[in-house]
Amino acid sequence: MTPLPVETSSPLIETHDLRMTYRVGRGRVLRALDGVSLAVQAGEVLGLVGESGCGKSTLGRCMLRLVRPSGGRVVFDGIDITAMPERRLRPLRQDMQMVFQDSYAALNPRRPVGDLVAEPLRVHSAPGGGRRNGVEIARRLVELMDLVGLPQAALARYPHEFSGGQRQRINIARALALSPRLVVADEPVAALDVSIQAQIVNLFMDLRDRMGLTYVFVAHDLAVVRQISTRVAVMYLGAIVELGEADAVLHHPAHPYTAALIAAVPEPVARTDGLPPPLRGDVPSPIAPPPGCRFHPRCPAMRDRCSVDPPVLRRLPDGREVACHYPVLGAEPDLMPGLPAFLATGPAAGRPRH
Amino acid sequence: MEGDTLLAVRDLTVALPIGGRLVPIVESVSFTLGAREILGIVGESGSGKSVTSLAIMGLIDVPGARVSGSVRFRGRELVGLAPRTYRALRGREIAMIFQDPMTAFTPVYTVGWQIDEQIRAHQKISRKEARSRTVRLLGDMGVPDPEQVAGRYPHQLSGGLRQRAMIAMALSCNPALLIADEPTTALDVTVQAQILDLLRGLRRDYGSSVLLITHDMGVVAETCDRTLVLYSGLVAERGPTGALFARPGHPYTAALLDSIPPLHGPRPKRLPSISGSPPTPDERPAGCPFALRCTHVHEACAVRPPLVACGEQDVACVLPTEGRPLPPRFVPEFCA
Repeated sequence: MTPLPVETSSPLIETHDLRMTYRVGRGRVLRALDGVSLAVQAGEVLGLVGESGCGKSTLGRCMLRLVRPSGGRVVFDGIDITAMPERRLRPLRQDMQMVFQDSYAALNPRRPVGDLVAEPLRVHSAPGGGRRNGVEIARRLVELMDLVGLPQAALARYPHEFSGGQRQRINIARALALSPRLVVADEPVAALDVSIQAQIVNLFMDLRDRMGLTYVFVAHDLAVVRQISTRVAVMYLGAIVELGEADAVLHHPAHPYTAALIAAVPEPVARTDGLPPPLRGDVPSPIAPPPGCRFHPRCPAMRDRCSVDPPVLRRLPDGREVACHYPVLGAEPDLMPGLPAFLATGPAAGRPRH
Repeated sequence: MEGDTLLAVRDLTVALPIGGRLVPIVESVSFTLGAREILGIVGESGSGKSVTSLAIMGLIDVPGARVSGSVRFRGRELVGLAPRTYRALRGREIAMIFQDPMTAFTPVYTVGWQIDEQIRAHQKISRKEARSRTVRLLGDMGVPDPEQVAGRYPHQLSGGLRQRAMIAMALSCNPALLIADEPTTALDVTVQAQILDLLRGLRRDYGSSVLLITHDMGVVAETCDRTLVLYSGLVAERGPTGALFARPGHPYTAALLDSIPPLHGPRPKRLPSISGSPPTPDERPAGCPFALRCTHVHEACAVRPPLVACGEQDVACVLPTEGRPLPPRFVPEFCA
């Protein structure tokens, strides 16, 4: 991956105190997003990770205004799109596209691939204004198939004739048809077998380099996220608990939840030692999140303050942001006396790698 | 070892009628499972891992299907067993858990009622005795407040609790063999770690052997004593988990491991990937099924390779017989 872009440029997309609530009956409210603020610079790949129900997909959808957030702001390229009517939003949609997990559900089974990939080209006007003619569209389709590594013959075939990996290439081709600047990919490789997954991850990385794309990559697989991301945001129950450079966050997690999440990933390596004790309990319901720090009932380093005082996201000396009263700081692991050794210094210490 | 063998599968072939002819989905799968052992069957989708487990359970009920070969459980041949006899065996001596506990429980009865029912189907004990055993089992499975959970309906439980309840139900008659088909695939990673921890404890606490079916190489590495790698319905490699992961002997195993992005250490610039996709059963070549995607392919691969010893493993590849076993693992170019 190329180095991070300089932070002085204005971000391509940013959210400020973003909130998304759903009424779930009997006066109860589900807080899918509870005040999320982040900024993604052009050329960056932001990985959004967390367990189911943490709000990572909702955040991705809010960023693209597929849903209208209940509160806060979404700013795309300096323009506030939070409450923008659909009619005005439409021209901006050319610049922001999405790739979904279920490659089959995302494609109309009754239409040939060429038709599906051409749709955005027909719906949106050409850069200079006016509609694209048939020749222009046909030329673009050829380019797109080439870009995602599919043969031209694919254009005349139907979605069911392709394997999962090939179908995801079709989805990517459609998302890139209008040369967007931002692509939000929601678990794009989760449904694929590992040997195919590697092909698609490589494709995402190649396309980013070739087209200067910016990704928001939503995934639960930490290893996939580390491979593709420049920065990572870890979410828990609707809020960001840790946000920073991918290597910093995943190699030296500061938040106990990040550390536990990394420790829980089963790794395909020959095992030489015992495994760390798993985290207790389930993720609580987002309808009734715990008071104080949302993670405190499961936290191995919980102290009195954590159950009453909700921590806010704050910047650590190394630049990352953490929502924890007692974060693990690289040089001072003894700040967390309650943590088992494997958590106190990051998982690498307790689990040697080959 | 032979004396301790609980399950011995030899040349298991399952053929299903597709397009008017019998197509072998699984071909000549052989392995043994010892007492208190955890064996992992790992493969990508379509590799035949679930069909293998269903055949062992006698649950292949497609009209016209043919199951051949031998499945010996505690010395008793299971292939061709009468459905009635099989039914008495299932649940009591061999139990199975699935990826989706929601479909394994009926939604209209409480979880406790269903576990009681399972116990009472195989043993003559009173409702009250059955319930107290249910509560104890749920407690053993790490269910907090088991008495209360027993009175709940499946939809009222979280995914992790449902999976624990299903394992409790599977263990209710103290089976010698537990077949777990993707038991953690639908769970979050922190909950998966708890369930894998539970499965590892079963042999100690219940003396059970576990056949763990999964697509996740990481789950196998952290849970299983021995591993069987399936590719397109055939055994590609089998052996002790540690050796297999440290020095895979089959080009497929090696390529599969290489294509998984590492979570630690330097980050590869590109992920080594396997080109193409696995052949479907009716397109499986007569020779090595992996030949089309293999970087070591040569003339000898046109003949189906038998399993041969290679290090601590058995490998279905011609390379070891040609005296040139697989070179050490590919080391990718890392980012700075």
